[in-house]
Amino acid sequence: MAWDRNQMAARAAQELEDGMYVNLGIGIPTLVANYVGDKDITLQSENGMLGMGPFPFEGEEDPDLINAGKQTITELDRTAYFDSATSFGMIRGGKIAAAILGAMEVAENGDLANWMIPGKLVKGMGGAMDLVAGVGRVIVVMDHTNKAGESKVLRECTLPLTGKGVVDRIITNLGVLDVVKGGLRIVETAEGVTEDELRAATEATIVS
Amino acid sequence: MKKVYATASEALEGLLHDGMFIAAGGFGLCGIPELLIAAIRDAGTKDLTIASNNCGVDDFGLGILLQTRQIRKMISSYVGENAEFMRQYLSGELELEFNPQGTLAERMRAGGSGIPGFYTKTGVGTVIAEGKEVKTFDGQDYILERGIVADLSIVKAWKADDTGNLVFRKTARNFNPPAAMCGRVCVAEVEEIVPRGSLDPDHIHLPGIYVHRIVQGQHEKRIEQRTVRKKETA
Repeated sequence: MAWDRNQMAARAAQELEDGMYVNLGIGIPTLVANYVGDKDITLQSENGMLGMGPFPFEGEEDPDLINAGKQTITELDRTAYFDSATSFGMIRGGKIAAAILGAMEVAENGDLANWMIPGKLVKGMGGAMDLVAGVGRVIVVMDHTNKAGESKVLRECTLPLTGKGVVDRIITNLGVLDVVKGGLRIVETAEGVTEDELRAATEATIVS
Repeated sequence: MKKVYATASEALEGLLHDGMFIAAGGFGLCGIPELLIAAIRDAGTKDLTIASNNCGVDDFGLGILLQTRQIRKMISSYVGENAEFMRQYLSGELELEFNPQGTLAERMRAGGSGIPGFYTKTGVGTVIAEGKEVKTFDGQDYILERGIVADLSIVKAWKADDTGNLVFRKTARNFNPPAAMCGRVCVAEVEEIVPRGSLDPDHIHLPGIYVHRIVQGQHEKRIEQRTVRKKETA
């Protein structure tokens, strides 16, 4: 047993505290918004918006109102709009408390790779490099292993980096790990997963 | 000082030349200068270098300038939605310089503000840092990025007055203000031109000093990813 996508998102939502300004990446991180409960969280969309609302009702889509994934969205009573330079000013300036994003590989020193596989189609890094370099806390949510069953939690990343030493916490289907001095520390294991199973699925050094 | 032109083609008259460097506003297909892009296609200007966060889709936005082989080089952060882009890039016809999104926006803002370079921690320790000066401030490494000054900026706003003061709408603002700032000349297309005095001076998003020519027109405003939720039935 391990966490599914929604359980991973729910676990990631526990990282968020009342009053935080947060940027959520595409994929499982987007689901985190469904689990914030009563906490007062403001979502940033890096194309120029604070206070991102849910998808619009059918027929109410506005081509002038999209998120960073280019999806139609809505505004809230707290919403503010701004240009891209201002948007990344608040990201680079450390005003965004946390970013929750997916990854292809994470290393024990906090290195993150999530934008490019050499030899495959390269789409670009978008705002990922700015986010991981700038925000207060970087939380990665991803499957612990790839489709071939190999660990994505590594001693060193093999893919081109998005950021060097930027990751604070890793939440996978098997558990939660923190980047600490000398390697990764197990914070908790997913329901039905033993610490031994988590260690066995992890290539990175685990310190106690 | 007459800034208002009747058509996008007239607004670009005398400003286009082969090999020029253009900065364009927009994010995805949101807030893109679609009329000016079409006018550049009609003018046939070639060997363009274009700084724009994205490159449109195959048949809309900057993608239409790829179809006509008018673009030599793109400076972008994300180009994933365009098959023709990938074909030209992989065959070596098209040059591509990836910039992190915030770095691209700041390069434009800085270039338009008389700042030739700035240090940022974005991209430190990645391929983006290759060949760039690294400087340590307070124990942290930063890389030097250059400001961008373009021959021409093309942007889209919601409203303008006839002096070029611009107001944008929702997330269609995005790269438009920084792109407008970094051009030696800036042409803006808008949905409505209103008489001077009718915009609240406190609510101008981009002052007219950055905007040299304006054209009003009809915009398709295509949606790239239509996502909706169901209305809950009571």
